[in-house]
Amino acid sequence: MRDVVDTVLGFARTLRHAGVAASPDRVEAMLAAVGALDVLDATAVYWAGRLTLCGSPDDLERYDAAFTAWFGGEVPRRTRPMQEEKPQLAAMAPLEAGSAAGEESEDVPDVAGRASPDEVLRHRDVAELTVAEREHLRRLFALLVPASPMRPSRRRRPDAHGTVHASRTVRRALHDGGEVTRLLHRRARPRPRRVVLLIDVSGSMGPYADALLRFAHAAVQAHPVATEVFTIGTRLTRVTREMRLRDPDRALAASGTAIPDWSGGTRLGEVLKAFLDRWGQRGTARGAVVVICSDGWERGGTEVLAEQMARLRRLAHAVVWVNPHKGREGYQPLTGGMQAALPSVDHFVAGHSMAAFEELAGVISRV
Amino acid sequence: MLPTVAAAEVGFAGPDELAAALESTGYLPDQGLATAAYLALAMHRPLFLEGEAGVGKTALAQALAQITGRPLYRLQCYEGLEASQALYDWDFGRQLLHLRAAEAAHATGDTEKLEASLYDRRFLLARPLLQALEDSPSVLLVDEIDRADDEFEAFLLEVLSDFTISIPEFGTIRAVTPPLVVLTSNRTREVHDALKRRCLYHWLQHPDFDREVAILRRRLPDVTEQLAREVARATATLRTLDLLKPPGVAEAMDWATALHTLGARDLDPDVAARTLGAVLKYREDTERVHAMDRGALFGG
Repeated sequence: MRDVVDTVLGFARTLRHAGVAASPDRVEAMLAAVGALDVLDATAVYWAGRLTLCGSPDDLERYDAAFTAWFGGEVPRRTRPMQEEKPQLAAMAPLEAGSAAGEESEDVPDVAGRASPDEVLRHRDVAELTVAEREHLRRLFALLVPASPMRPSRRRRPDAHGTVHASRTVRRALHDGGEVTRLLHRRARPRPRRVVLLIDVSGSMGPYADALLRFAHAAVQAHPVATEVFTIGTRLTRVTREMRLRDPDRALAASGTAIPDWSGGTRLGEVLKAFLDRWGQRGTARGAVVVICSDGWERGGTEVLAEQMARLRRLAHAVVWVNPHKGREGYQPLTGGMQAALPSVDHFVAGHSMAAFEELAGVISRV
Repeated sequence: MLPTVAAAEVGFAGPDELAAALESTGYLPDQGLATAAYLALAMHRPLFLEGEAGVGKTALAQALAQITGRPLYRLQCYEGLEASQALYDWDFGRQLLHLRAAEAAHATGDTEKLEASLYDRRFLLARPLLQALEDSPSVLLVDEIDRADDEFEAFLLEVLSDFTISIPEFGTIRAVTPPLVVLTSNRTREVHDALKRRCLYHWLQHPDFDREVAILRRRLPDVTEQLAREVARATATLRTLDLLKPPGVAEAMDWATALHTLGARDLDPDVAARTLGAVLKYREDTERVHAMDRGALFGG
């Protein structure tokens, strides 16, 4: 029996390295499951582990790999392919790199005399900020608490007005000796409407991705249950879990690890389709406010994008498109992707400065 | 140290015997699903089933109830589902009547006794969760848990962790034998980890070709072998087409039934095209399939 426990514990460790959160209570459940089945039967052990240790379809593939690695006798591979990209995230996480070193000393003192530095910084294009300014902006982001849009829910609460709350009325009547002395009411309780942020992390969005992820972090922190964050590029990555970490820098670093296509190309249409197939149509986008943060630079054909945007529009409550370039003077939405997407967009806003992000927060809460 | 459950208590010697029993009801499980169901019985753990719509999640609960001879209680989840609809509610109308009747009989002397009589079991309306605990052993199906909201999930957690329901005015109701709980989800939203952790998790896939033919033959005995095979093959092809809604087993059965109703003995491309509405539920999907070569799709 000792051997079984050791083997299972070792396997659980392998599984954790592979990225499946095999928590101790789950491992305990696996031991019980193995006990209820045949310990010597490999398939029984396989199912005992799979049923107890996994918690989502994403886990299954990793589980299979870990199972062959561990019970096939191979040494578990400790290095995950994603870890190799780790150095990229913090260092190459857009806002760090590519800062204009030359303007560092000239700009800031200059503007300090005219207006409060905060005020000026709020309107500056985040792509042109210096390292010090970005640091300052980071603190401003911490103060941003996007209000959530609300929707009426099926759940109701006692209220002075609204429909008659029969059970409460009668319950009170029971207290009053069976006499209905007054009617009590209830009405629908508003609930936060789901907000889904799709953030383009491809190369062309590089200078803005960090700021957008910070905005997403602020949104998730304000309403953890009602906010979903995905990154789009060459593929779709869900980073909601990572964004729930309190500390924005840790959250960004964690999501950086999760994003395999940081600063790659964009296949907006296909990735949007992947989002709608896997999440959107099932419910994530239904009745939600979907915010797409992208410059609309599409590598693939624009027909797919147009088609998927129309599909998204039918599912979502409102579609907001954030394009950092819109903040530039004389901007025209001329890229093919933007042209294809605009007919299905309810609100087209800029997302290049702190002030623009505040405006975006306003747009999201009002739709 | 490993808790082992006597096979007698479960009623089946192992997953294989359970699979055989399920097959006798017309539900054909694969090995993983049979193991999952067996462990759910042996370990008294809820079974959390996820998978595409129409792969037989709900049907499993019905088949399990049938083979164990237990009554099935079903709770269909929706947003705003409240304790009064899922657990229990007091029958206020009858309570009022009772009070008036007591008044009329001038039996209002002892107020405490009167109040106690108001919260008697006969005034308690049992909803599915309470019914499943009272009528033990039973099978409890919590269908489409992803449609309910977080609040509901939280109190379901309470019920599923120790299979008791406490009613402030009445007392605690405990299941003699924990019910066999089957939770299903279509993944319209992520169910909370705390709930999943207490369950056995199983992802149900579309069956392979042979199993699907067997299911069609079993469920629809009137359909010819030829038609069943061709419908299964065409359905499998449709699933590879990257459609908005790939057809499940339920759709394959609907399609076979539709074809059979029209008197088809095999899958004729024309009849197939006319009955596509039974398998494809989106205009875009239907248009795509219509635009394709029917011969290649339906075996000509």
